[in-house]
Amino acid sequence: MTALEVRGLCKAFGGLRVTTGVDLKVEPGERRLLIGPNGAGKTTLFNLITGELAPDSGAVTLFGRDITFLPCRSRAHLGLARTYQIITLFSHDTILHNVMLALLGVSPLRFNPLIALRRATQLTAQGHDALARVGLGHIAERPLAQTSYGERRRVEIAMALAQNPKVLLLDEPFAGLSIDERQDVRKLLAAIPRDVTIVMIEHDMDVALDLADRITLLHFGAVIVEGSRAEVVADPRTREVYLGE
Amino acid sequence: MKTIVTGRRVAVALALLALIALPYAVKETYYVNVASQILFYAIFALGISVLVGYAGLVSLGHAGLFGVASYVVAYLLAAGYGHTVAILAALAVGLVVTAGFAALALRASGISFIMITLALGEILWGLAYRWISITNGDNGINVTARPSPFGLSLESARGFYVATLVVFLFAIAATAIFVRSPFGASLCGTRDQPRRMNALGYHVWLIRFWAFMFSGLLTALAGILFVYYNKFISPQALALTASAEGLLMVISGGAGSLLGPVVGAALVVIVKNVVSAYVVRWNFMLGAIFVAIVILMPEGLVPGVARLARAAWRAGRPTKAAAAAEPAS
Repeated sequence: MTALEVRGLCKAFGGLRVTTGVDLKVEPGERRLLIGPNGAGKTTLFNLITGELAPDSGAVTLFGRDITFLPCRSRAHLGLARTYQIITLFSHDTILHNVMLALLGVSPLRFNPLIALRRATQLTAQGHDALARVGLGHIAERPLAQTSYGERRRVEIAMALAQNPKVLLLDEPFAGLSIDERQDVRKLLAAIPRDVTIVMIEHDMDVALDLADRITLLHFGAVIVEGSRAEVVADPRTREVYLGE
Repeated sequence: MKTIVTGRRVAVALALLALIALPYAVKETYYVNVASQILFYAIFALGISVLVGYAGLVSLGHAGLFGVASYVVAYLLAAGYGHTVAILAALAVGLVVTAGFAALALRASGISFIMITLALGEILWGLAYRWISITNGDNGINVTARPSPFGLSLESARGFYVATLVVFLFAIAATAIFVRSPFGASLCGTRDQPRRMNALGYHVWLIRFWAFMFSGLLTALAGILFVYYNKFISPQALALTASAEGLLMVISGGAGSLLGPVVGAALVVIVKNVVSAYVVRWNFMLGAIFVAIVILMPEGLVPGVARLARAAWRAGRPTKAAAAAEPAS
């Protein structure tokens, strides 16, 4: 069964057609890289898949289930998680609390007004686990406001991983990172087990290319080229619209 | 960490003792009554604070919810029902009206939310003023007697204070548990990043709705105490100024802190009752105090004083960095 399928997805903001009939099929366990010039509609496609935007037409299915009209929050419960290109974290709280919120989101505990969150020991342990996975275990109690940009990127990834997703959407996980940090995040992403399907938007081909099984090139809201790594890199249209001469 | 926790426990125990001892230590009925007022206004402010501080939703209609509970008690007592029926009905009606408020106001957030709550509060004020067959209009409704739960007569200032204190302790304990719970964490999350919370799997609207209901419950409790305290209710209690006053208590004391609304309520009640005996233009003074708070401690009195105390504590002893920078002699 296909993990994530998008059929004929269209979205326009007024007269601006951002997504124009996108078809996408991602197999379970696949690593798919989504590339394209600025304004190609990559992030919009993510927003349509997660339900943060409603499509004008087309359909999205997750493991065969039509989720086109499912609210965004319900998709998280079906195993769809994402990170954001523009970091959106809870800056008043600690790193651990950020991850705890991700865990609570898919836990029935979130409606419990009677116990202390501090005493939700299992959840706290899971939060520490998720932070250890991204190498932030030692600063779990640090306020988010006192962390570096690279650490915040990893908090984003930890939050997505903490939800134990089946399909993980990564929106430019390497953006704004130093060369060393890139290698750390690359290793971290490479270590994600294959029962998680990953779709990743990324511009840095050096780090992203060898993570990808297949590549999709978007241009003006439509899929221009799709295929294996070698096919897409060799395709003349890729050079023309994306890589440059 | 341990010492801080026990230190806090000692402070809570001392505060509790002081609150219990107050009506026995203070002989003048007048001051006991002022203390009662502080406590029920503190419950009202706590109710507003749940929305303003933790949900990030500013309401200017809470006096309406407050007044509805008061009117239900007064109306049912005047109609010949007992205190138990009147109080339970006031809580029930208060919660139903709160649900209606929430359903309408939560369609929006930010400024629109404020305007919708303001409009709903004004509608309730208008009903109190014009629905004369029920509310007796501008003349209001008198309440002839206070109840005597478990044989404790609330007719005396001391009796009423004790009952108010019990309700207040329930309210502040409930709020303390609520804000530290997973639900409280969810609520703060919807205040800071509603879109992100939605993507993380939270039902933002429902979380805000339940928070509104909790706020409404506290507000109704305060309204019931208010009508028994004054033994009278008139449309004035539902006016916009009453809502604004509640909001000012929360903002001046510190929204989003547990003690902030209590301190804010104390400030407003004391200036209104005590200072007004000496200063004719007490309204001006209250305004000046608010301006001073907003300028000096925009986060509110309680978090502001805590910040200053921390800074003083740090200044009082050399930090590690300063000690390291000191030249070795």
